[in-house]
Amino acid sequence: MIERLLARKDVCIVAGSGGVGKTTSSAAIALGMAARGKRVAVLTIDPAKRLANSLGLSELGNEERRVEVEVEGELWAMMLDAKRTFDELVEWHAPDEQTRDAVLGNRIYRELSNAVAGSQEYMAMEKLHELHQEGRYDLLVLDTPPTRNALDFLDAPKRLSTFIDSRSLQLFTAPGRFGLKVLGRGTGVLFGAMQRLTGIDLLQDLGEFFRSFGEMSEGFRERAERVNALLADSRTAFLLVTSPRRDAVDEAVYFHHRLLDSGLPFAGVVVNRMHDPLPGDGAGDLDERLGPELAAKVADNLQDFRTLAERDRANLRGLSSRLGRKPMVQVPELDQEVNDLAGLALMNDHLFG
Amino acid sequence: MSSLLDKRLVVVTGKGGTGKTTVSAALGLLAARRGKRTIVCEVAERERLAALFGVEELGHKERELAPGLAGISIDPERAKADWLRHQLKSGALAGLLGHSRLFQYLTAAAPGLSELVTIGAVWDLAQLERRLGGSTYDLAIVDAPATGHGIALLRSPKTFGDIARVGPIHRQAMRIHDFVTDPKSTGVVAVALAEEMPVNETIDLGERLHHELRIAIDAIVVNGLYPERFTLEEAERMRSLDGRVPEPTRAALGAALAEHRRARSQRSELRRLRRSVEAPVATLPFLFEADLGGVGLEALSRELERKL
Repeated sequence: MIERLLARKDVCIVAGSGGVGKTTSSAAIALGMAARGKRVAVLTIDPAKRLANSLGLSELGNEERRVEVEVEGELWAMMLDAKRTFDELVEWHAPDEQTRDAVLGNRIYRELSNAVAGSQEYMAMEKLHELHQEGRYDLLVLDTPPTRNALDFLDAPKRLSTFIDSRSLQLFTAPGRFGLKVLGRGTGVLFGAMQRLTGIDLLQDLGEFFRSFGEMSEGFRERAERVNALLADSRTAFLLVTSPRRDAVDEAVYFHHRLLDSGLPFAGVVVNRMHDPLPGDGAGDLDERLGPELAAKVADNLQDFRTLAERDRANLRGLSSRLGRKPMVQVPELDQEVNDLAGLALMNDHLFG
Repeated sequence: MSSLLDKRLVVVTGKGGTGKTTVSAALGLLAARRGKRTIVCEVAERERLAALFGVEELGHKERELAPGLAGISIDPERAKADWLRHQLKSGALAGLLGHSRLFQYLTAAAPGLSELVTIGAVWDLAQLERRLGGSTYDLAIVDAPATGHGIALLRSPKTFGDIARVGPIHRQAMRIHDFVTDPKSTGVVAVALAEEMPVNETIDLGERLHHELRIAIDAIVVNGLYPERFTLEEAERMRSLDGRVPEPTRAALGAALAEHRRARSQRSELRRLRRSVEAPVATLPFLFEADLGGVGLEALSRELERKL
């Protein structure tokens, strides 16, 4: 199924709410496509090194690394270092060494690029774009970051380029300085209000920060547009991962709407950790085989798992009708937690089955 | 547990999908039962709390979820406007900035600002003197985002305090930072599952909290623990029959052995977690009911009361 959904695609973006198995699904899909002869790279920014775990790697760096596995194609994996990617972007956009050093050395830049959650999402998209440009892979699989709203990352490039837009500088620059006189009425009052808000020292620091970025803002803006174009490209596929639990299903439906509203290419849903239906009624002739005490416990347990299976199937039917018959792949709750290549291969029996 | 609920702010975080909202709600019920005026704050615009309590959507106002228990869904935009109003101490100036398109653009796009005003709003709910008036609470419980973003939320006051260095933003940010890193005022509850990756993430969370904020996890709640239904000897007896019996007995045995394996692997992950962290670990049972409702929530809160 996945193979068909990803035919003629060169980017696969795996999205979904937290804890549904995005990282393992991304890794499994990448492995499965590599096994089908593709050169695949899978990207994650997860700080918990989960992808590394699931690929059996000890660590990942900001460069793709080849995963040692016998497949027809090639499997590469990368865990993104957001701070380094940001620095590299600045180096790339800076018109000269002086600008580069001014930005990289700016205190506010250092704080923001290090600590701020939003910059990770942005960097993930950037790296995706960069690797796509280089064209070394047949397929790029992006394991999306666990944002609060799972599709926040879509707006990240645009948000950041808006932030460093050179016009922002107006707010931090006293009227009459730096030749920025043609700002229209009211700027002086705004500046006064800003000063009251932040204090003069921070205002000056911010002014410096925005000035240092000033010359690069156009470059960042263009780049954000190219990233958005890549996301909306017909050779990109968004896969939603969900569990059959009701809250996860609700979020999947919401994501689906948002993808369609944003004009992004939705490809299908992976429903992970389904409880399989159990055949038959009753528990059969347990009494005589196990004795009444154990038989009763086995019967209770069976009843519990039937309830779960029914719940999952009901939620799945709800999902299916709310999405309007979209491609859907089910992966059952596997006996063992998936955290190595063998587990991924097991998962692929279902994803690619 | 009493020391946890005696704090003014409890931050509930942990890996995605482990049940943070459920645990926040159950803790809220427990605190309310003990006579504390309590508010549970949702920060991700998901309206999951209202669904759990079967009440209409919270919106961005403080509302009653259950007797003695309020809830709110914090909206960063509204929090930003409140902050502006308070900071400028002038409706006119706030209006001026609030209406400046440039200012709107900038604050909407400023990295980390949403986190800062969100934790600011949570901090305000935990104060006995509210900045802009409103009800006061003995305890605020925040249903925080998953590990990485949860840490970013707690760290944002320090980040902005450092960016500002001096001045009003620095002072305020550091006041919030001091509050969230003071174990007398603020506690952290990590929610986990007894599986390898969630346990790793919980251990990682503890290390990062210590390293980045010098705070510790106060309690860990391990959610969804399967019952230990079968002894090893019983599992052995069932295994010896497996494969030689017809359906539906075969399915029944398969389900029983799968449960046994999972329950055992959960116990071993639980032991590993307990060995690796200092915080007390409480467990909540896996609920086989179709969907969690009020009764289930009440039961979970009693269970927490017993175990923490």
